Amino acid sequence: MVDRITDIWGARTPFEREAEWPSRVDYALQEGLTERDVDHWVQSACVLCSNGCGCDIAVKDGVMVGIRGRAEDRINKGRLGPKGLFASWQGVSNKDRITQPLIREGGRLVATDWDTAMKRIVERSKQLLKEKGPLSHGFYTSGQLFLEEYYALGVIGKAGIGTPHMDGNTRLCTATAASALKETFGADGQPGAYEDIDNCDAIFLYGHNMPETQTVLWARILDRLSGPTPPKLVCVDPRNTEAARFADVHLAVRPGTNLALVHALIREVLQNGWEDPAYIQDHTLGYDELKSTVEEWTPEAAAEVCGVSAHDIRTAARIFGTSDRVLSTVLQGFYQSSQATASSCQVNNLHLLRGMLGRPGAGLLQMNGQPTAQNNRECGADGDLPGFRNWHNPRHVEELASLWNVDPAIIPHWAPPTHAMQIFRYAEQGSINFLWVSATNPAVSLPELPRIREILAKPELFLVVQDLYLTETASMADVVLPAAAWGEKTGTFTNASRVVHISDKAVDPPGDARSDLDIFLDYSNRMGFTTLDGTPLLTWEGPEDAFEAWKDCSRGRPCDYTGLSYSRLRGGSGIPWPCNEENPDGTTRLYTDGVFPSDPDYCENYGHDLLTGAEVEPESYRAKMPKGRAWLKTTKYHPPHEEPDDDYPLRYTTGRTAYHFHTRTKTGRSRTLNAAAPRMWVELSVEDASALGITEGDIVRVSSRRGLIEAPARVSGVRPGTVFAPFHYGYWDSTMASGLSDSPKDSQKTAANELTITEWDPVSKQPLFKNAAVKVEKIRDGDGPAPAPNTTASRQAGASRQAGQQQ
Amino acid sequence: MNLNIYLGLLHQGEATLAESFRQVSEGHGSEPDIHFLCQTLAKQCDKHGEVLLPIVERYGKDASEHEPERLHAQGLSETRSGPVGLLRDLQDLYLLASLVDVTWTVVNQAGSALRDAELLAVVEQCHKETEVQLSWLQTRMKQAAPQALLVAD
Repeated sequence: MVDRITDIWGARTPFEREAEWPSRVDYALQEGLTERDVDHWVQSACVLCSNGCGCDIAVKDGVMVGIRGRAEDRINKGRLGPKGLFASWQGVSNKDRITQPLIREGGRLVATDWDTAMKRIVERSKQLLKEKGPLSHGFYTSGQLFLEEYYALGVIGKAGIGTPHMDGNTRLCTATAASALKETFGADGQPGAYEDIDNCDAIFLYGHNMPETQTVLWARILDRLSGPTPPKLVCVDPRNTEAARFADVHLAVRPGTNLALVHALIREVLQNGWEDPAYIQDHTLGYDELKSTVEEWTPEAAAEVCGVSAHDIRTAARIFGTSDRVLSTVLQGFYQSSQATASSCQVNNLHLLRGMLGRPGAGLLQMNGQPTAQNNRECGADGDLPGFRNWHNPRHVEELASLWNVDPAIIPHWAPPTHAMQIFRYAEQGSINFLWVSATNPAVSLPELPRIREILAKPELFLVVQDLYLTETASMADVVLPAAAWGEKTGTFTNASRVVHISDKAVDPPGDARSDLDIFLDYSNRMGFTTLDGTPLLTWEGPEDAFEAWKDCSRGRPCDYTGLSYSRLRGGSGIPWPCNEENPDGTTRLYTDGVFPSDPDYCENYGHDLLTGAEVEPESYRAKMPKGRAWLKTTKYHPPHEEPDDDYPLRYTTGRTAYHFHTRTKTGRSRTLNAAAPRMWVELSVEDASALGITEGDIVRVSSRRGLIEAPARVSGVRPGTVFAPFHYGYWDSTMASGLSDSPKDSQKTAANELTITEWDPVSKQPLFKNAAVKVEKIRDGDGPAPAPNTTASRQAGASRQAGQQQ
Repeated sequence: MNLNIYLGLLHQGEATLAESFRQVSEGHGSEPDIHFLCQTLAKQCDKHGEVLLPIVERYGKDASEHEPERLHAQGLSETRSGPVGLLRDLQDLYLLASLVDVTWTVVNQAGSALRDAELLAVVEQCHKETEVQLSWLQTRMKQAAPQALLVAD
């Protein structure tokens, strides 16, 4: 088998347009074992990125010993990426796992039993509900729990406690996808499907470093590119990513200027008459305003602002405007940057203007950053109402109240759900005193870490953390609950192509660890949450009960799961929702008829002003009579609020590498992946490095108005004027002498978010991780090249494409 | 003709509102959305003043110098602190923006009767932005109110 660290995407299986993507089964087994040694295989899907590859887990003697891609699965046809191969079971079968609940005693975390830990939580929770009411409680989850767990928490928060303070780290990764879909179409739900790669004539990647974040999906594109009828490829990214190397047009924009670029693309489409007037007339609203908003954005005007050539903008627009079938994908380069929702909506608008939706190859994917982010959005653990219901619509609130048999008044519907950054602000101000964090690590992943550490350390904040490992965040908790990992519990989840997979329990969790679902159900029972009849609010005994309850909740909504069941999901491929009586085999593409979920009685929200986030009131939405048409929403371009100046002359952007996921809680524990990208680095362009007297590997300090980091410099292909930092490297495995709960010393600081700004998109509330002003100075000579991979966008400038060797 | 008085009122109103947005942006810097958006909206008000200025000049200053002063609203002199203070400051902005909003309406009426196309074009450009400012303030106050009034210290 090829070395999947140096050969990230594996061997090519070329195919032509409209052919089926050939299967290629990838697997990894514990050293010394062969497939014949495996006792049995348990069906699952991978949770190490947002792609959602179908896989089977190998079990021998009651432990996980391997993973194999499922050839019959529509998502991956047997393939797995390096993170799935090397950090799936290896990422959770680790001696560092927490196996007992921990409680804080005399300032230290000590082991205890479940009853003691849960009693402590329930006592504090009840006391606060009595003294201050539901607004004292906040919940912060993840994009990595299962559907059943999000739904349980959603019901507890909305029908048990009645707090709007509930969000997921999906706010950091996928909130803009949800917002852009809601603003344009009236409800969440990806219009397209991964299969559109098989049928398209052109692919646009907007701020989507797919070769590193979704390696298997990129392999699908590589197989088209190496086949007989390759699609054109356009990518928007300030770094010289693997996608950029294959692109017909690479638009290396200045961070923070996306909206100006997409305005210009739209203007070009309209100027050249590439739009579809009949489709616009029948299926959209808002054309005139869109046209006048983009009017000033000539390719030259955008070129000036974005720092790319007008010729390239014209070429990209021509590819979009003249290809029969275009697939666009959008991700963090847009979502975590300035004017995120507005920029992402403009991509929707491009597709609407050409009627480029609902046909094979004519697709749109507002991507997710995590494997189960979609379920967080569907089930309401991000604060939204479950089933894409509209908190502004009293009938939707009534539906939920009757489903749960509770008083509609308890369901928080008086204002939009509180987003993560505001939850932390309330905790900072002391009005939220109970914060429950599950499966996420805000002490490394939120912006402006010095501030986040202070908030988490506040003595008046009761912090519960539920995780696999003693993360940077868990080490600051009052109670730590050991959770079961992937492979140790059963549940379902849904990827960015709307495909639902089941992940069955393969082995028992270590020690006393419990599934997140069991923990939430236990909390609900101990709190005594009840229905109007006085019966317990949640009576589910396991995940399948939760799934069946969720099906009822999803009935008649865009994400209709009523045609699915655990037995249908076992065997074969994952199935895309909506799956119901009308679509018993699921639905590959939405909006094939150009009818959108924008009807006022049906839609998920009434929309916002894209500049300010001001809500559109129900009456004014209704008055516009959308009648199933989509909204061509837009707003003017505004420069980012923090721009380079004399003190901080460079633009700072953060991101990912192919070998790690998030804060490395799993991937950092895989010896193979860790060796591929062991330590922090920062990337500088050849021009900036030279001007600053910095050479490859030199130790540099990068500082912003918020803080600083120190790391070796990689002189890479990033655009001049821009500094890139991977956000994976926190402190749990550093050699810090002090405990994790203390602030690191300057020379120890490596987390990219020490520098980022506390600011968010006005509509999606997604924080801006990709736009800040920094300065860089050399501290000392290095002792060799930076520890950055040479196989990906972090490749050393001038290194050849096939270099492919690790440091 | 008294239109010039109202044009002066509108011009001054936008300037006062801009200044007050800036004041709230500074005073509530720990609320990042408010900090940044108020700066953006202040610039919007500046722009309104700029495009209105040629019209104000065309109609000329009012002869009775005292009249406009009596009509003007005071801007925010200082910001308050804490969650309730924030809510109250947003309410003050709402009042100032409401005055500007309804003044645009009144000026639009006169402009229509006068058939002053240049004036109507300015109203068309600016008034809808004032309306969005109001709805943003409304949205933000709705969000802040329960926490500020029920659980904040």
